[in-house]
Amino acid sequence: METKKNGRAPVSQKPHRIEKPEHPEYIGGSVKIQINEKELTVPLGTTILEACRDNHIHVPTLCHHDDLCIAGVCRVCVVEVENMHALQASCAFPITAPIKINTATPMVRKARKHIIDLLLSEHYGECYSCFRNNNCELQTLAKEYGVDHYNFGHIEKPKYKIDNSSYSVVRDMDKCVLCKRCIRTCIDLQEVGVLEAIGRGDETHIGTFLDKQLSDVICINCGQCINRCPTGALRANDPRDEIWEAIDNPKKHVVIQTAPSPRAAIGEEFGLEAGRSMTGELNTALRRIGFSKVFDTNFTADLTIMEEGTELILRLYKALVKGEDADKVPQFTSCSPGWVKYLEHFYPEYIDNLSTAKSPQQMFGAVIKTFYAQEANIDPADIVTVAVMPCSAKKFECNRSEMDDSGFKDVDYGLTTRELAQMIKETGIHLPELPKSEFDNPFGEASGAGLIFGATGGVMEAALRTVIELVTGGKVEDLFENANITPVRGFEGIRYVELPITEVGEVPEMYKKYFDSWDWLKGATLKVAVAHGTANAKKVMEDIKAGGKFSECHFIEFMGCPGGCIGGGGQPIPTNATIRAKRAEAIYAEDEGLPIRKSHENPHIGYIYEKFLTDGPCGDKSHKLLHTTYTKRGEYIA
Amino acid sequence: MEKLKERNGKVLFSNYTLGEGVRKALSLSRDDILFEVKDSKLKGRGGAGFPVSTKWMLAAAAIADEKYVICNADEGEPGTFKDRVLLVEYPELVFEGMIIAGYAIGAKNGIVYLRGEYEYIRKSLEDFLVQMRKDNLLGKNICGKEGFDFDIKIFLGSAAYICGEETALIESLEGHRGEARNRPPYPVNTGYDGMPTSVNNVETFACVPHIIINGGEWYNNFGTKKSSGTKLFSVSGDCEKPDVYEWEWGITINELLEKVGAKNTKAVQVGGASGICVPKSEFDRKIAYEDIPTGGSIIIFNENRDMLKVLKNFMEFFVEESCGQCTPCRIGNTKLLEGVEMIENEEYTFAYLNKLKDLGKTMQVASKCGLGQSSPNSFLSILENFKDEIFYHEAGVENGN
Ligand SMILES: Cc1cc2nc3c(=O)[nH]c(=O)nc-3n(C[C@H](O)[C@H](O)[C@H](O)COP(=O)(O)O)c2cc1C
Ligand code: SF4
Ligand code: SF4
Ligand code: SF4
Ligand code: SF4
Ligand code: FES
Repeated sequence: METKKNGRAPVSQKPHRIEKPEHPEYIGGSVKIQINEKELTVPLGTTILEACRDNHIHVPTLCHHDDLCIAGVCRVCVVEVENMHALQASCAFPITAPIKINTATPMVRKARKHIIDLLLSEHYGECYSCFRNNNCELQTLAKEYGVDHYNFGHIEKPKYKIDNSSYSVVRDMDKCVLCKRCIRTCIDLQEVGVLEAIGRGDETHIGTFLDKQLSDVICINCGQCINRCPTGALRANDPRDEIWEAIDNPKKHVVIQTAPSPRAAIGEEFGLEAGRSMTGELNTALRRIGFSKVFDTNFTADLTIMEEGTELILRLYKALVKGEDADKVPQFTSCSPGWVKYLEHFYPEYIDNLSTAKSPQQMFGAVIKTFYAQEANIDPADIVTVAVMPCSAKKFECNRSEMDDSGFKDVDYGLTTRELAQMIKETGIHLPELPKSEFDNPFGEASGAGLIFGATGGVMEAALRTVIELVTGGKVEDLFENANITPVRGFEGIRYVELPITEVGEVPEMYKKYFDSWDWLKGATLKVAVAHGTANAKKVMEDIKAGGKFSECHFIEFMGCPGGCIGGGGQPIPTNATIRAKRAEAIYAEDEGLPIRKSHENPHIGYIYEKFLTDGPCGDKSHKLLHTTYTKRGEYIA
Repeated sequence: MEKLKERNGKVLFSNYTLGEGVRKALSLSRDDILFEVKDSKLKGRGGAGFPVSTKWMLAAAAIADEKYVICNADEGEPGTFKDRVLLVEYPELVFEGMIIAGYAIGAKNGIVYLRGEYEYIRKSLEDFLVQMRKDNLLGKNICGKEGFDFDIKIFLGSAAYICGEETALIESLEGHRGEARNRPPYPVNTGYDGMPTSVNNVETFACVPHIIINGGEWYNNFGTKKSSGTKLFSVSGDCEKPDVYEWEWGITINELLEKVGAKNTKAVQVGGASGICVPKSEFDRKIAYEDIPTGGSIIIFNENRDMLKVLKNFMEFFVEESCGQCTPCRIGNTKLLEGVEMIENEEYTFAYLNKLKDLGKTMQVASKCGLGQSSPNSFLSILENFKDEIFYHEAGVENGN
């Protein structure tokens, strides 16, 4: 008999939830229950955990994560339900009948304590030498239940070898509590599926296909699993030691670029609420740490818009006017290295649709070791470039062998928001108390368009702000209030927008060598889409394969991580929907307050094309330095 | 089908003509069948003893495009081999029971989840199904009943004990790792492929044709008030006649031991590794849902057996067979096994063993599925019932810890 192939999800519970009714207020839509003797009415299908949380009744959890499907495996969240002989996992129990729940009986308390004791008995790791010290859900549980000794003994030797084969993710399975969040993240959220529980009984562990090391499987380095791991079992590959060494070396000129998302989140590492932007304070901190120059990645985000936007226009011109390379449209964004690797593995036949423009991080690396080196009169061999990124895949990206167009390794180290926060703390700085300062020249400030790259839809919005103005000669503000292109914003997994081009303007000087009128675009409708999280990317790609509406698009923004970079795998832990929304708000608010909000209006961009990339966007010089190639990987690693 | 030997029993091991049960069933309405099964008070024979009619009525009431009848032939409980006897010698009863279930709940598809180690009987079962299709006992418009289609497929299991647990079985059928699901929702609602599914034991199905032919009331002539009918017992261990027997519910352990020629019996493990270990002093207890329930495994230990070794054996089984999904079972069983080893090496304290007993009780209530919930049973019952032997080496002097 054939086994069913209903998706690849290895997780038991994915399709087996009880959906909540659309109208809980209708008859039969709600149930009356009691929690700890308190009468409550909840919509049918609400889990006991949700009911408790909504009513401020604390229930400890470990395997549950708001972003993920139900697992019900750790059993820390058990509660008593009247007339049921066994305790029930509150996270996994949908309420469909009027039940009486008790969250704090002796049996419940004892069971939870036992479970924590059991987990600790097998947990090999020391909090003081663990990056999750003070931000670890297992540690928190141990404290909550007052663990002061090991009730059931304690493992003396590690069972596993640490896997640090990957540029991005380090796996230390001795700290794993088998909550399966990483598995669920990788398959349900990201549709990659390189992780799975292997073995039975006491040999159960999280592994990859044939237990290969992570660098040898098709992991896309997104780090989403790190962000959801409750313990230190997963962490990013940390370059702090090397960076300190470079900083301490007087011969090295260490420059740092900071991506838009870390500044919107790093405050969380210092106890601030999510959504407080720290741009100016961060600049000061970076100088105090010892970086020689502090640059804004948003500058190369602006540069990316110029290159990628021009590339889009040229692709459209070729396809629509000359009838050439029509299959290279839609153009896909290429600034998310998690997404790029996903495409290389899962849809290698579409690599020609990827914009050849490098990501802002890589553009900056190349520009620093050429243009900046030249302007500042420093030997590029002595320059060390560090990139603060919300992302673990950026670590892989900067190590891609083709990323050396400056003649050197364009970006030496990718540093996550978390790791940078650590470096700041090591310097003895409390970030929120610092005075603000500006970015360094010659790149100076960037536009708001570069800034919003951090949120899903941001690259699209930035590109549209520029493309609309270049093509129509008018102002974005005339079409969208305050230049906020809200239809592409938000957190819906996939968004699709159509923009009719009714008017065209003068062709700008830099495009005159390609064509002298925009007439070929007049009356056309620009179709764009946005997808974030590779599970959503997969849906779009499958639609394109099937010739659906997304195959008709001209330009699609793909981000590897849910929420875009603000939800990246290098961001502070925890990350969830509320936190992602707040970080995005911070970015959009900062954008609104900036004097320049369009990439093509950034004077420093004008300067670099004038002084350095003299043949303009997508010219030979920029092609050599700012564009790249991809690999059809398929199921292969290289 | 050829019998391995002559067997005698009041229900299952009695005479039966192929097709009789299905023909009778198809002459009745669906509701009649459900009520006949209800009157019989038949309970699941796979171990949990859930009323069959309740399960079927829920599945029958569910509205869905497809429904499934699954026969649980994973028979993985140590000391159980009665399902194999039924499949080899009385497959007609099992398959007809499935067909009747399909008719009653409105399912077109039957699946037999056959224990991996039973691969050798697959061929004969497939041949038997071919014959049944020829006889129009399977296929379309069965026995001329317009609109009733039903067929049975055989799926070879993956040889893991946990796959006998019904939701893990379904996961395994769907091609996933054998792990128990969260409940609710239950399989009768959201089972195989998300569709309403009734999973029943081989023996449960085998009872059904007899009940349909003779009526639910008739079935109550056997057994006790609360445990109707007969039960198959797989008897093994220290006795003269280990075998599969059909006896009425309510048989005492003493009676049972007598029938199989067991002498100098010290202990009887009822219900396999996940069951309980009954000491001599309790041999007058009844085997019935209301006293000592069982899926049918009876393992007899005589006075020469070392109960600690017996226990160790069981615990090793669970440490290995836990699916590893939930904390209490995955780590808990390891801790209990360590405890047994401590006793073996005389490195224990009673204080620690008491902690482990406490842990065992947590495992019974906090584990995700029946495996973890029942795995501490033998630990708790053997340490309690055989403490003199285990801790004091019978005389109670050497080991005054
Ligand atoms: C660990 C475990 C193993 C089980 N193994 C079997 C089995 O091998 N055969 C079986 O019929 N039921 C087994 N069961 C019981 C099933 O989950 C389920 O209750 C049964 O198939 C229902 O059928 P019944 O109602 O006819 O007994 C097992 C349960 C557990 C928890
Ligand atoms: S994972 Fe948590 S409990 Fe374990 S060593 Fe790290 S901080 Fe401590
Ligand atoms: S980094 Fe992303 S792709 Fe790699 S294992 Fe983690 S979730 Fe999966
Ligand atoms: S690696 Fe982390 S997320 Fe994955 S199962 Fe282990 S503890 Fe959970
Ligand atoms: S109780 Fe054991 S077998 Fe059942 S789900 Fe938990 S670990 Fe798996
Ligand atoms: S949080 Fe509910 S079982 Fe883990």
